Amino acid sequence: MDALKQELKENLIEQLNLEDMSPEDIANDDMLFGDGLGLDSIDALELIVMLDKNYGIKLTDPKEGRAIFESINTMAAYISEHRTK
Amino acid sequence: MKNVYINSVGSISAQKTFDNTEFLNEITEYNDNVIFAVNPVYKDYIPPAAARRMAKGIKMGIVTSKIALKEANINQVDAIITGTGMGCVRDSEKFVSAIIDNDEQYLTPTPFIQSTHNTVGGQIALELNCKGYNFTYVHSSISFESAVMDALLQLQLDEAKHILVGGVDELGDHTTKIHKIINHIKPEAITPTNLLKSKTEGAVFGEGANFFVLSNEKSNTSYAEIVSVKTYNTLKQEALKQQAIAFLKEHDLSTNDLDLLILGNNGDVNFDAYYHTLSETFSKTPQAYYKHLSGEFNTASSFGFWLASKVIKTQSLPEIVRLNGLQTSQYKTVLLYNQYRGENHSFTLLRQC
Amino acid sequence: MGKGVAITGMGIISAIGNNVAENYQSLINAQKGISRVKKINTNHVNDIMVGEIAFTNTEMEQQLQLPKTNNYSRTALLGALAAKEAFKNARIKDVNQYKTGLISATSVGGMDMTEKYFYDYLENPETQKYIEGHHAGDSTQKIAEQLGIKESLVTTISTACSSAANAIMLGARLIKAGKLDRVVVGGSDCLSKFTINGFKTLMILSDTYSTPFDDNRKGLNLGEAAAFLVLESDKVVEAENKPVLAYVKGYGNANDAFHQTASSDHGDGATLAMEQALKVAGYAPSDIDYINAHGTATGNNDLSEGRAIIRVFGNHVPDFSSTKAYTGHTLAAAGAIEAVYSVLALQNNIIYPNLNFKTQMKEFNITPQLTLKEKELKTVLSNSLGFGGNCSTVIFSKEQ
Repeated sequence: MDALKQELKENLIEQLNLEDMSPEDIANDDMLFGDGLGLDSIDALELIVMLDKNYGIKLTDPKEGRAIFESINTMAAYISEHRTK
Repeated sequence: MKNVYINSVGSISAQKTFDNTEFLNEITEYNDNVIFAVNPVYKDYIPPAAARRMAKGIKMGIVTSKIALKEANINQVDAIITGTGMGCVRDSEKFVSAIIDNDEQYLTPTPFIQSTHNTVGGQIALELNCKGYNFTYVHSSISFESAVMDALLQLQLDEAKHILVGGVDELGDHTTKIHKIINHIKPEAITPTNLLKSKTEGAVFGEGANFFVLSNEKSNTSYAEIVSVKTYNTLKQEALKQQAIAFLKEHDLSTNDLDLLILGNNGDVNFDAYYHTLSETFSKTPQAYYKHLSGEFNTASSFGFWLASKVIKTQSLPEIVRLNGLQTSQYKTVLLYNQYRGENHSFTLLRQC
Repeated sequence: MGKGVAITGMGIISAIGNNVAENYQSLINAQKGISRVKKINTNHVNDIMVGEIAFTNTEMEQQLQLPKTNNYSRTALLGALAAKEAFKNARIKDVNQYKTGLISATSVGGMDMTEKYFYDYLENPETQKYIEGHHAGDSTQKIAEQLGIKESLVTTISTACSSAANAIMLGARLIKAGKLDRVVVGGSDCLSKFTINGFKTLMILSDTYSTPFDDNRKGLNLGEAAAFLVLESDKVVEAENKPVLAYVKGYGNANDAFHQTASSDHGDGATLAMEQALKVAGYAPSDIDYINAHGTATGNNDLSEGRAIIRVFGNHVPDFSSTKAYTGHTLAAAGAIEAVYSVLALQNNIIYPNLNFKTQMKEFNITPQLTLKEKELKTVLSNSLGFGGNCSTVIFSKEQ
């Protein structure tokens, strides 16, 4: 699980061009959207593609993403349960 | 009808033009057929969180807008009008190639969103929180002139006081590659001073952004008055002289009244003849050119507009842009003419204010 | 000022008809033009529905009598057909008799050819003629040539889904200011893999018929279309004794300044655009008889637009409907398509049904017009809202 979380942080930085950040700057329970990391609805769409590409998870409704992408913890939990690759 | 003034400028080009205190003090030499913009430090103008997804065209547009607003001493405008021939073309290339390469899978929204032509104008509005009129013109070499025409219409009729107007285009690798194939880009590498001596087809491609605050109130930052701008979808070479004279006459001017003619020569043997025609028509007038400094792109004429503004404000003409040896003691009335590949011609008339 | 801007000709091609008459018949017979995509080879064929025009490119090239060597994109072909119908409808014989301009709108431009030959361009000389046709101004140049417009004001606007509404707005302003006597305004956009995949990444495409203003709406159907209107000054109308179809009475453009693609929750930009258009027209909200809404059937648009309509019209929201369920969302052309539909509504005193609606939205209590309604109409307000926060409103009227 810790390896997955580390991987997610690295992918997040890479995918979303969070240039000035390193994985250590993101705590597992940091809010990714809103007041936390400040991600927005376009980032959410980018993350949906990441779920599909890296873990074989297809979301059809962007609203589903809201709970899943709350934090690194919630993402890791969802991925480990639903991943197909 | 109100007079309209250029109250400030902001420029990013293949020369170091983002610093308004300078005027082509040092020239960035090249020996190439594609030249890129000299970048400012974008982070000084755009917070990293906002900049992280931005295409180069958006960054250039936002920074030059901010430079122009600052110089005009205003923090809001009534309207934003943008000209761009190709929009953020790198993102368009990225999205098309991803569709093909990944067989329509795993595509992300950002390159699609930024491919929308009004993405620069929309992002400037977001940055400024400007809810006013927001148009984007995308008509090849008159994209910028269409934007100026629209602004003039509103400012002359006093429907707006301050309008941010600009032209922006960026270079994309694939677009460059295919334009080399069809000889729109010169086959040979060339230096700025040799551009017009070139005997080949095509131009040196460039990129850049030039934004201006146009107002119907003169201020202590004003550069010049915009008298008129006129565009033509087609124009035969034979008709050019007559159209130029007719355009001046509409403003009670004759060929002898011009202090400077600024031409868009790009060194293409097939199309520079248009400019030669006007050079002959105005053979007694000092003449200047600029695409050897900026490169050719759909909104390169916005760099010409920047040049004209600087010349009128500083009352000086840098040696590097002189097209003939004629001198004058003052730069009061300046005419710009541009076309690309024989289509989409424009005249722009500026006056000292 | 205070000069009239007369509409004296219209032309259109869309998924529900190849000309004005066919479009009108489909509208009043509730015949939608939405189906699975046939002409574009996409993996998403079963995930989306589109408003596709039946003609192949070759068929349109033949109609326009173009040489084999032509480099028309589908956008240019559609645009040329619609613009020529508008010219014919306006009975223009000598284009040079009056100062005539063209303002077109497109978002796709020549992308259909670019995406087809992207890598071929590097190797296959036969495809390279399309390279020059990519940029958005190219289709406009070709339409001008088809109409015989020379040495004149010809330009292109691209503000995403509000583009053609903005072309109409600019044309009206140029006539009012006396810069042109006559101007052809409108827009053209063909379907492309680029837009299909682009809207797919935004997850706002419906996999079935779109349902504007329905609580269970799933997103939009893309469409392709072109439409043009001929606008003429009082001077031309008088001199030529022209029949006037309707007038462009008001217009407004504003920016939401909220998000790159989404509309603000309460439709700030749309509210401003409608208010501005009413002001230009000199109308009170109660003067509007019918709203042809943008109504794309995305979750975001219909909520935001509906709230904006309520903000402007309060408790007296006039009859409104979206015609997107007929044609699909035709992007940059949409404002012109719906301008033609607005004029037809005025001419025939008809309000079109908002198709596919079943369930009332929870957030407000306004309901679109669901059946064909005959009613004396004096004015129609048409909204077009786009990416980049771009919001536009045009008001058409019978009276000058």
